[in-house]
Amino acid sequence: MHPTSSPRAEGGKASRTPIRHPGPGRRLHTVENPRKSKTLTVMTGLFTLYCLLPLVWLVVNATKSQADFVSSFGLAPGREFALWDNIVQVFTYQDGIFSRWLLNTLLYVVVGATVSTFLAALGGYALAKLDFTGKRVFLFVVLGSISVPGIALAIPQFLMFAQLGLTNTPWAILIPSFINPFGLYLMWVFTAEAVPTGLLEAAKIDGAGEFRTFLQIATPLLAPAGVTVLLFSFVSIWNNYFLPLIMIKDPAWYPLTVGINQWNKLGSTAGNGALIQNLVITSALLTIVPLIIAFLGLQRYWQSGLSLGAVKG
Amino acid sequence: MDLARQIDVTPAAMASPDTAQDPAPAPRRRRSQTGLAFIAPFGALFALVFILPILYAAYLSFFQEKLIGGTTFVGLANYAKLVQDPQFWDGVGRVIWFTLIQVPIMLFFAMALALALDSMRVHGARFTRATIFLPYAVPAIVSTLMWGFMLGVKYGLFGSLNDALGTDIDPFTPDTTLISIGVMVTWAFTGFNMLIFYAALKAVPRELYEAAAIDGANEFQVIRAIKLPAIRGSLVVTIIFSIIGTFQMFNEPQILPSMVANSGVTTYYTPNLYAYNLAFTGSQQGYAAALALVMAAITIAVAYAVQIRGIRNASDQ
Repeated sequence: MHPTSSPRAEGGKASRTPIRHPGPGRRLHTVENPRKSKTLTVMTGLFTLYCLLPLVWLVVNATKSQADFVSSFGLAPGREFALWDNIVQVFTYQDGIFSRWLLNTLLYVVVGATVSTFLAALGGYALAKLDFTGKRVFLFVVLGSISVPGIALAIPQFLMFAQLGLTNTPWAILIPSFINPFGLYLMWVFTAEAVPTGLLEAAKIDGAGEFRTFLQIATPLLAPAGVTVLLFSFVSIWNNYFLPLIMIKDPAWYPLTVGINQWNKLGSTAGNGALIQNLVITSALLTIVPLIIAFLGLQRYWQSGLSLGAVKG
Repeated sequence: MDLARQIDVTPAAMASPDTAQDPAPAPRRRRSQTGLAFIAPFGALFALVFILPILYAAYLSFFQEKLIGGTTFVGLANYAKLVQDPQFWDGVGRVIWFTLIQVPIMLFFAMALALALDSMRVHGARFTRATIFLPYAVPAIVSTLMWGFMLGVKYGLFGSLNDALGTDIDPFTPDTTLISIGVMVTWAFTGFNMLIFYAALKAVPRELYEAAAIDGANEFQVIRAIKLPAIRGSLVVTIIFSIIGTFQMFNEPQILPSMVANSGVTTYYTPNLYAYNLAFTGSQQGYAAALALVMAAITIAVAYAVQIRGIRNASDQ
């Protein structure tokens, strides 16, 4: 970790001189690089363990056959290594409906996250750099809507979409995902800070229209915030359970989250269905792997984007 | 400039973002309307997704569905019924209790971890930070399945523990389920909150720490005088997000009953679960609409109160 990772921390500060080297007899550790503490490491380590434990459990149990899952100790491997068998079964069970759910999820996520990020960028840019009547009212309403609980909204959305005949179609999931008020807020703050107005004026003097100025001058500068908004939209759509649960009745349009729970119910204590917990667990693992890769791979981007939101918040 | 003064002034100045209030003081052009075209797509969809559903729900909340006679206009009867509905208040009470206990614990851990990582005294800080955040990327359905299986007595670790020790601990009984849900929610969201605190700490100018070291301040004095004031604004944000999150709790109690026989989760365990069951299994849409609106109003009121308090505290400083 180097301490200048936050763009704000270093902005305009000239005196970045590290603390003078300590004289003889004083600690050899500086403010920038203090002595590591064993106690502190153990304490954070315990919490890290709490965070890892269920994931380890999931990985271990995805390698077990149904028989081993029922009979062996939770954190020990089973008698046979059944991960590949389980994966094959997940993709072939019920005529391979899992692939359909995976493709549905990809459709919802890719279209939803892309459109919502683009709309948030357009809107944030307009709020920060352009003029129009009713700007204050717009801001007030949109920012106020951030604190409207999504689930409280979902039932009214369902009731209205049912009237419009949109339920049980992909639009019922896509349309609500296009709007991301918090993303708009992030893009607004970021545009105000990272896009110099002078640059925009210059482009306009050179004859570029408003939209072209936005696309060619502003968009590249907005990339870090854009990646953050994109990633968080991606996660919230991928993980959404309640909205598809109420909007979609046809299993052919389920996303992964609703589909997995459908399987879970099959083998539940209440039902008489086949016990397929090995498939439930393996499909759960397959569901989270892409997200974990995306988050770890894009760490640099979303961490700086998030820090902006935090400082402004 | 002496240390105390520097500590007081700078973080406070940072906490009041200069541009956040009105970041558009570009040289005032004539009142042009160019922005309208940019804002129109978002605005139109926003109306379709946020405003119209709320208006439609408000309209529906004035009607009741009867077995005989169909849908009739009943005025405010749904709201009157809601106020006296013990099942609704049971759910509201449960999420309030949950919020009062779980949110402080989670935010305490998040803050302590952020301070520990920011102190740069922890080995493997990068790994720790990434790992603690990971659960945020896990869908609630997967997290409930994992924790439900893992803790459950039937296939899980408590089963093995009970077998080994002859004990009889069950994390999913009517008395213990809410605690287990607390363990799951804390697992899922501590990392997200930690990152918000951590980002705020990283924004503190490092010269402050150098000045503090020159003045001989120890780590705890630095935390009290510099770091805690620096994350005050973030604390308000995380409290508001956490309240919104717990007030709309749904996934865990909706999924658990299909995994555990006697979890004690009722159809009205949380207000949102109740609204869902009313609308989809009880087909009382008007009543469910009224419930959703009242719950949204309560949540916004609480979030707003927290924000006002946060601002007042910050300006008291």
